[in-house]
Amino acid sequence: MKQSLFESRYQPQWQAFAEQLKQLEQGKAKAGDMADFPHQYRRLCQHLALAQERGYSSYLVDPLQQLALRGHQQLYRHRSQLAAKVLSFVLADFPRQVREQWRFVLIASLLFFGSLLSIALLVYLFPDLIYSIVSPQQVAEMQGMYDPDASRLGRAAERASSEDWMMFGYYVMHNIGIAFQTFAAGLLFGLGSVFFLIFNGLIIGAISGHLTEIGYGQTFWSFVIGHGAFELTAIALAGAAGLQLGWALIAPGQLTRSESLRLAARKSVQLLCGVMVFLLIAAFIEAYWSSTTQVAPWIKYLVGAALWLLVGAYLTFAGRARHASE
Amino acid sequence: MPSIPLDTRYHIETPEGIDLPLRPAGLVPRALAFAFDLVARAVIMGVLLVPLALLGNIGIGLGSLLLFLVSWWYMVLFEVLNQGCSPGKQVMGLRVVQDDGTPISWSASLIRNLLRFVDMLPFGYFLGAISCLQHPHFKRLGDLAAGTLVIYREQPLKRPQVPQAVALRLPFALDLSEQRAILGFAERQGELSAERVHELASILATPLQVSPARAVEQLNGLARGLLGPA
Repeated sequence: MKQSLFESRYQPQWQAFAEQLKQLEQGKAKAGDMADFPHQYRRLCQHLALAQERGYSSYLVDPLQQLALRGHQQLYRHRSQLAAKVLSFVLADFPRQVREQWRFVLIASLLFFGSLLSIALLVYLFPDLIYSIVSPQQVAEMQGMYDPDASRLGRAAERASSEDWMMFGYYVMHNIGIAFQTFAAGLLFGLGSVFFLIFNGLIIGAISGHLTEIGYGQTFWSFVIGHGAFELTAIALAGAAGLQLGWALIAPGQLTRSESLRLAARKSVQLLCGVMVFLLIAAFIEAYWSSTTQVAPWIKYLVGAALWLLVGAYLTFAGRARHASE
Repeated sequence: MPSIPLDTRYHIETPEGIDLPLRPAGLVPRALAFAFDLVARAVIMGVLLVPLALLGNIGIGLGSLLLFLVSWWYMVLFEVLNQGCSPGKQVMGLRVVQDDGTPISWSASLIRNLLRFVDMLPFGYFLGAISCLQHPHFKRLGDLAAGTLVIYREQPLKRPQVPQAVALRLPFALDLSEQRAILGFAERQGELSAERVHELASILATPLQVSPARAVEQLNGLARGLLGPA
């Protein structure tokens, strides 16, 4: 068959297909109209193959190729019910993922909480050590925030609800930014994540050790215990996700490094989505609960302990039942 | 003798058994697209922060939420919801797709944009640029991890007219690439000067057994013959 005949015979079909494609791309397609889309697409692919095989001009082949590419993108796109997926993610997939990657979670937690606790203890025993880690200016600032005698009680000072809003926004931006950094830096063979885990652990640990040592413990601990459950766990988990990336590069096993990285990234991004949820919850608690001063410290400790237990129980037990994800 | 083509095309084979060529975009258009996005984000922040600043503390809170959204989610939202194009890519005629040519998914977009942080290390996209320049398909580190590819968007082609001539048939057979070359010559004549057209055609004067002056006409006739009657 000559090119012109081929073209004039099938042109209407190609135009109809292009029309369908346009509707699909703009998201206006109705389910009923698209029943024959796969059939149309396969016919177009056949025409393309014929046109190439018969040496038709590239001005005919190229538009067919473009149509085939657009059709391919519509037919093979990744569709998902977002709402159902989010629910099953929160209820089951995230804690499962954490348990599946328990080695990385364990290492990241050891690095982060280990450096945090040991430096806190050291600063508590040798108070001057704080100035080797945190600048005097920052120390003074922190002391100002948590001074129990000052009229403003720490960041926990009595404040208008508008200020809660401000702090909520600030915490979201600041904390999730840190978590993202900790994760992304893992691509440098895991070293970046190790650095950020230890670095954040040292800063947080040094300040908490220092504040406890100078007798501001009550204001400080009652402030941080509540949201710490979510915030500190989240940073450790972000580090675990980063370590996973790094390990995929260091020891790819039987895969190529790029393939192993791709697989690891797909898994670790799930951890990271959970981290984001945790940090949103933490920012909410930090802005609206941790900062209230009307509540007695012992209630805050109680609630804080309950939150830690909740996080632990969630990560350990959620999603164990088989049906939970469906 | 078939040789390895010099172009950068990336072929994906679909389940239907056809090859679709994609054209990966290199460092410069991608850098320009990123610069455009950077400016666009600065403008968004500038425009929205002014009224927010007037709202006092609530404004600052909303402002930092906005800053978070714009700095970490701008690319992801545009890429997933706008057929793989952030505004910068739209302007530069680029789009991002999965390695298999399908539209980018949420997780892939999230990965490639979070790992941008590493691509930017130690300064000014140094690692990203090196990775992009040495990779056959110009992937930066984020693309490697996410399994994505930045390609040129397909532009609709304008089809030229084949010049009028009397349809001819050759006494001997042409193979496919020769047929396509003759068709290509006829279709792209309009882009060349008359002298160049004549020069190209006269190369074939001897095998076609015509005088060089008539070679153009002869080739156009052959192209017509190949196209056949409508």
